[in-house]
Amino acid sequence: MISADRTLVDKIRLQFRRSESIRGYTLLSPTLLIVLLGLLFPLIILFTLSFWKQEYVDLIQTFTLKNYGDFFEKKIYYLILYRSIRISAFVMFVTVLLAYPLAYFIAFHVQKNKMIWIILVTIPFWTSYLLRVFSWKVILGYNGVINSSLLSLGLISEPLEFLLYNPFAVVITLAHAWAAVAILPIYVSLEKIDRSLIEASRDLGESAVATFIRVTLPLSLPGVIAACLLVFIPTVGDYVTPALVGGTRGIMIGNIIQSMFGKALNWPLGAALSIISMLTVTAAVCLLLGATQLFKKKVS
Amino acid sequence: MKSRRINSFAVYAVIYLIFLYLPVAVLPLFSFNDSSYVKFPLVGFTLKWYSQLADSHGLQNALVNSLKVGISVAIISTILGIFAAKSVTRYRMRRSGLLVGFIMVPLVIPEIILGISLLMTFSIGGVKLSLITISIGHLMLCVPFSMLVLISRMEGFDKSLEEASLDLGENAWWTFWRVTFPIILPGVVASLLLTFTISFDEFVLAFFLSGTDATLPVHIWSQLRFPDKLPSVLALGAIIVVLSTIVILFAELIRRGGVQLNKQSKV
Repeated sequence: MISADRTLVDKIRLQFRRSESIRGYTLLSPTLLIVLLGLLFPLIILFTLSFWKQEYVDLIQTFTLKNYGDFFEKKIYYLILYRSIRISAFVMFVTVLLAYPLAYFIAFHVQKNKMIWIILVTIPFWTSYLLRVFSWKVILGYNGVINSSLLSLGLISEPLEFLLYNPFAVVITLAHAWAAVAILPIYVSLEKIDRSLIEASRDLGESAVATFIRVTLPLSLPGVIAACLLVFIPTVGDYVTPALVGGTRGIMIGNIIQSMFGKALNWPLGAALSIISMLTVTAAVCLLLGATQLFKKKVS
Repeated sequence: MKSRRINSFAVYAVIYLIFLYLPVAVLPLFSFNDSSYVKFPLVGFTLKWYSQLADSHGLQNALVNSLKVGISVAIISTILGIFAAKSVTRYRMRRSGLLVGFIMVPLVIPEIILGISLLMTFSIGGVKLSLITISIGHLMLCVPFSMLVLISRMEGFDKSLEEASLDLGENAWWTFWRVTFPIILPGVVASLLLTFTISFDEFVLAFFLSGTDATLPVHIWSQLRFPDKLPSVLALGAIIVVLSTIVILFAELIRRGGVQLNKQSKV
């Protein structure tokens, strides 16, 4: 009797849970459908097209590995992808390194109005990306803001040429563009740290620096890793910044992919390069995560 | 000792903010400068670059296009965001984390890849590029933001308010409009403003997905090739940056102010 009751209760409960779940999914389904149609489906098309070939404007729908072969045969694509990864890794390093002290400052030193600081940091992130990149071009240019002000102050006799059209300009511009994306996750992870752990470490005689290295830094690591990924992944494919401030030495894989849809007109090759880039980025991300695991082990 | 350390961090923070705002400030500064060259020293004050803008038909068309796209994207993505946020916060669902993660994917994949995948899809499907294709691209970017903003808003208020309304005999529809909607309204406004700004400022997707109708950033991109157009691009940029900043400031104050208030009332 009792067991019969229980199964009945279980059944009702299961039914309820099921219907709750169904109701939830129904409500979520329009959004999911949009993402399926607007993201997953196009990515499948991208993958399929990477095995096709193009003759003038016509896409030839026969399976071929030629596009992938091109990537490995023609050194230029491989070299530019390698350069993009290197530039993005450097951007990631610089951005996170610059962002950490600021996130630390907001989390530990600002007592009132933390929100104001967070808003101040995020506002430039929301304003037009294209215009910010363009603005850096104006600042770093041969006749730009920096050169003309140094000239009029008499500090230099002719404009500095190393400011614009090189990887250095790309790194500065990207570090600026992605600053907020790095600061926020680091700030959140620092804010979560239980202050008594830090006090305990200090009370037990560790110096401020040792406390930071052995307590604060490891505990904020999730935020740092999130920041690294959020900066690294999108910057590899960036093409606006290299196009405007990178010059020929700052060309990245995004520019090559873009050219396949413009002047070079080879969509399948562009698709294959996109797929290869995404796979490479995924591999790099796995490496990064593996490295942090090692680091964690070492620290503890 | 301690106060000195606080000072050095504060100094760093101020320098960092200057670094962040320098490019944002350059545009307005030089847009009033009476010279075709963007360089120091400033020559004199002028409004002629702004008056040049008023005469450009290409610009006016682009502005109207951007407004059309921005407004429709803001409304659609906010509605989808409300649905998604309500389902995630109010129903126990298996694997909802995974699905939410899936919806967030457009935030981390490079925009160029999203752009070309959509371009290929439209092309193979025989869809002509237009403002609608741009809007679809922007929708992919904006839905995750709407959802994030609205989830944090919905998590912030007490579920029992809705349950009370349902227990008192209101149906789900009226409970939503009389209880849920007024409470999440700040989140809805913030979501509308944020997504509008994202769409209005977005360049990469619009670049790949626009046909003959350009949006404002695409128009600006086409103007960058001509050095003599530089000052008027600066003026246009200055207007956009100032307006975006005001809209975003407003959105953030509503959103974060609302969340803060909730936390306090909970305690």
